Amino acid sequence: MHLNFSPEEQAFRAEVRAFLAAELPEEIRDKVRSGGRLEKDDMLRWQRILYRRGWGAGMWPSRFGGADWSVFQQHIFEEECATAGAPPQIPFAVKMVAPVLMTFGSVSQQEYFLPRIISGEHWWCQGYSEPGSGSDLASLRMAAVRAGDEYVVNGQKTWNTLGQYADWIFCLVRTQTEGRPQEGISFLLIDMKSPGIRVRPIITLDGEHEINDIFFDNVRVPVGNRVAEENRGWTYAKFLLGHERTNTAGIGNCKRNLSRLKQMAMTANVNGRPLWEDARFRDRIVRVELELMALEITNLRMLSAMAAGARAPGPEVSALKIKGSEIIQELAELQMLTLGPAAMANLPDAPVTGQYFNQRKTTIYAGSTEIQKNIIAKLVLGL
Amino acid sequence: MDFRYTEEQLALQETLRRWIARDYDFERRRTLARSPLGYSAEAWARYADLGLLALPFPEEFGGLGGNAVDVMAVMEQVGEGLLLEPYLSTVVLCGGLIRDSAPKSVRAALLPEIAAGKLQVALAPYEGTGRYNLSHVACSAVRRGNGWILRGAKTMVLDAPSADYFLVSARSSASVSEPDGISLFLVRRDAPGLTLVGYPTQSGSRAGDLQLDDVQVEDDAVISAPGKALGILERAVDQAVAALCAEALGVVTALNQATLSYLKSRKQFGVPIGTFQALQHRMADMYIAGEQIRSMAILAAVHADTEDAGERRRAISAAKAYVGQASRFVGQQAVQLHGAMGVVDEFIVSHYFKRLTMIDLSFGDAGFYLARYSDSLVA
Repeated sequence: MHLNFSPEEQAFRAEVRAFLAAELPEEIRDKVRSGGRLEKDDMLRWQRILYRRGWGAGMWPSRFGGADWSVFQQHIFEEECATAGAPPQIPFAVKMVAPVLMTFGSVSQQEYFLPRIISGEHWWCQGYSEPGSGSDLASLRMAAVRAGDEYVVNGQKTWNTLGQYADWIFCLVRTQTEGRPQEGISFLLIDMKSPGIRVRPIITLDGEHEINDIFFDNVRVPVGNRVAEENRGWTYAKFLLGHERTNTAGIGNCKRNLSRLKQMAMTANVNGRPLWEDARFRDRIVRVELELMALEITNLRMLSAMAAGARAPGPEVSALKIKGSEIIQELAELQMLTLGPAAMANLPDAPVTGQYFNQRKTTIYAGSTEIQKNIIAKLVLGL
Repeated sequence: MDFRYTEEQLALQETLRRWIARDYDFERRRTLARSPLGYSAEAWARYADLGLLALPFPEEFGGLGGNAVDVMAVMEQVGEGLLLEPYLSTVVLCGGLIRDSAPKSVRAALLPEIAAGKLQVALAPYEGTGRYNLSHVACSAVRRGNGWILRGAKTMVLDAPSADYFLVSARSSASVSEPDGISLFLVRRDAPGLTLVGYPTQSGSRAGDLQLDDVQVEDDAVISAPGKALGILERAVDQAVAALCAEALGVVTALNQATLSYLKSRKQFGVPIGTFQALQHRMADMYIAGEQIRSMAILAAVHADTEDAGERRRAISAAKAYVGQASRFVGQQAVQLHGAMGVVDEFIVSHYFKRLTMIDLSFGDAGFYLARYSDSLVA
């Protein structure tokens, strides 16, 4: 038992670090470090830089343009990127729809979409939740009715992330109304330029436009854009969820925010002394730090089990989601508190309080904390 | 990166698990805890047969050359089985201290005896108002001839009643709470002037208070350089704390298991109570706490042998602070989920809970280590 990375892994870390030092644009890094808002161009610019280096999708198999990274390499890459202040890769394309296409998609789907994902040509978004279907996703109702070589799609998706930038959306749609709700769902790839699609911004509590309603009004989708079998979409969706989770804990992001919090507490002045020297406040930071130390090892233990068994992460990952989201929320809260009354100002160059509000989403999206506990109770504990 | 125990460690754990199931069940433990000795002499002999008592000592002194992860593997089982024997005091704490810091003659004289199960040693570092502060030493050591005269009182000496020797900290210079001037003395239990008052602890093991009235010891009873013992003590206590984190892990594992099976078997309103979401979510939180505790116990074990004292202290402080609060959470939840069954003496759950509480209170509670970690960031 030991906690050391292998010499190869350490060499890889050094390589990633050198790459980041040389290639991460300063403007992007500063935005990420200050919690500022990243634009579409920032994220695409970074994806293209990664692509040029051959790291557009490092954990993909090389036959699809990836670098055959191990889970530990992927972990090291994500941790280094996050601590350096690189934008997180938008997961919907590289980490979510791509593994589905690689595993279940047709050859023509793979050949068309995968190269455009890795190069950053296509921006993907996700169409899962609907107004009446949140945690109970399988109750979704957006209808896709077969008409010749096409589906005619009608309905609404909601809580869609960054769909205003998207070229494509992958959707769960209802293709059958009989049987169990899970049995009538199909997985469709839809061109966002299709006639009949309307994107309506939803402004969140921090005043930002990050999420949307998307309305589908007689949108025609070629049958060739269905992934694999009709009415089997729920299976593909569940597979996708497993792949979303290699960075579930967000350790790198938490680490960067912890060190920023400490920096802020050292700079903040209370009666002529740094706030950091106030043991009452410092102890609150330390409690989160210890939680994060434990989670980092828990995360590595799960990656280690994945690497040993060459399997997708199991339901244990729910523990990482719960803890990681609680930690990032607590860090955001403490960052806000370091500012004191100045935290009340709502100014464009003061994103700290906005981040506190924004981070409330983390215990809600991708399976709320309560849903994660249900998963643990059912699948890990057998209750 | 490797989180697996070795084949040998797993085999040793399996042997212990089988032995506990056969010879050390809950009823047997209750009987032992109420017996005059407070543990099983037969079990201690069994520990010796299995090599547990020789585990962390060098081969030249009759040991098996094991490391802190080997100790972790054993302590996890000590926790699962709620074992009462003074393994932590004699082997991990005092044995470790002697191994790392005593002169060769002392090592050669004591370690083989400990390994053979013939000798027990208890550490006596704490005094009345000093709480967990190892440098709070008022007990005095005054030079006389070729030896020392010890005078003072020590409290909460874990496993004192069965000890053959005590390792006593006493001050030969400087004033109370200063880091310098502390020495460690090996004192025979039957030394003239030494009085022991023993008592049971809340988790069924034994402890005692020592009164030292002009206890005379020779020069060869001094462990390491006179006046410079604080670092030695801290190192040994840190290693014991790492072992306690592993014990807590074992208790939490067993307690989570017991609670889970209770949720599945206990029926109310016509269904198993584990079907209720409010209880499921508590159990999920306990499961997560158990995973986090395991991670921190690993962190402590892999840093317990570290030469860099700062790094060791940081890891140990973090682990004990975390394990203390997280295992208090698990213990309290487990009692609550067992309902009235959780608060009775004749059911094992309250005993797990009490042991977790004692582990937190041993060598510094969660608040103490949180402060130690936090203060080290501004020192």
